[in-house]
Amino acid sequence: MRWMWIDQIVDFVPNQRMAAIKNVSLAEDHLHDHLPASGSEPAVPVMPASLMIEGMAQTAGILVGSVHGFREKVILAKVVIARFDADVFPGQTIRYSAAIQRMEAAGAATSGLVERLRHDGPNAGQWEAIGQVDLMFSHLDQNMAGIEFPQENFVFSDNFRMILRSAGLERLIETSQQVNKSTGQQSVPARC
Amino acid sequence: MPQASGTVAINREKIFDDVREVLEEALGADAEDITPDATLTGDLEAESIDFLDIVFRLEKKFSTPSKPFKINQGELFPENLMENPSWVSDGKFTDAGMAMLKQRMPHVEFSEFEDDRDVNKVGELITVKSLVDFVERKLRA
Repeated sequence: MRWMWIDQIVDFVPNQRMAAIKNVSLAEDHLHDHLPASGSEPAVPVMPASLMIEGMAQTAGILVGSVHGFREKVILAKVVIARFDADVFPGQTIRYSAAIQRMEAAGAATSGLVERLRHDGPNAGQWEAIGQVDLMFSHLDQNMAGIEFPQENFVFSDNFRMILRSAGLERLIETSQQVNKSTGQQSVPARC
Repeated sequence: MPQASGTVAINREKIFDDVREVLEEALGADAEDITPDATLTGDLEAESIDFLDIVFRLEKKFSTPSKPFKINQGELFPENLMENPSWVSDGKFTDAGMAMLKQRMPHVEFSEFEDDRDVNKVGELITVKSLVDFVERKLRA
C-alpha cells in the first residue's frame, strides 16, 4: 500500500488554496481494524481521524510546496487544531480544503476544512462540514538550528508527482525542474 | 504623571493577558502556568516549531489596520547561532556572542547567563515576561 491519503486534487488557486478528495473504500485494510469487533459488538469500519489529519497534511503540504516550486522540503511540524464532529464510513467521500494563512521563509501555517459527502440518505449529494484541521509546516532547509539536509527533495516523491499529474498540474513540476537547473527563480504556477 | 503611569500599567496588563492567550492557544498551556517568570522551553514545554506559531499569533493579535505588528525572522528568538565562529566557541558564547545576543534580544535578561553561556540553553532564557517586554517595546516604537 502506498502512503497516499488523497485521491485527486479538485481545486487549486496558486499561493492561496487547494482542495483534494478521498474516496473511502472497504477494500482498505485499515478499516477492518478500525474499529474491530469486540465481544458481542460488531466491527464498525470508520475512517481513522489520524489518517484524515494525514490527508489534510498531504493536501496542505502540496499547496505549501507549490508556492516555491517544490524546491523547499516541506514537512508537517505541528497539528495546531484537529477537531472532528462526525465519522466517515466506507462508500463516502472526504474533501480536504486547505488555505494558506501565513507563509514565511521558515515555514507556513494553514487552515483546513474537512467535509463528507454521502451517497445515500436525506443529505445524499451534499457536502457536510465535519471537522477542522489547522497545521504548521516547516521548511527543513530554513530550520532554525541551521542543520543541513540532502539537496534532493525527498519530501515530494513520485507519489505526490502522480497526484499532481492526475490533477493536470504536471506543468508545475516540469517548470520547477527547469528552474532548478537554470535560473533558480520561482516557477509559474499551473492552473487546475 | 499619575495618569500616564496608570495608562502604562493598564496597557502592560492588557499585553500580558494577550500574550497569555497566545501561549494558551499555541502551546495548549494552562492559564495558571503562564506566569511572568515561566520559561517557554522549560516550564511551558515549547518546541522549535512553536516559536514560529507564537510569532504568527503575536503578529495577528497585536496588528491593527493602521499599524501592522510585523516580527522579522530571528527578531524574537535567536536563530543559526552556530554559523558564526566568532560568536560560539566549544559550545559556549564568546564575549562577541554575548554582545550580539544582548543587542539582538533586549527583551531577554542575560545577567544570570554570563557564567554559563551554553549555546543550548539560550532558549531557556526566554520567559513570558520576555515576550511581554518584546511586544511592549515594539508597540512603543
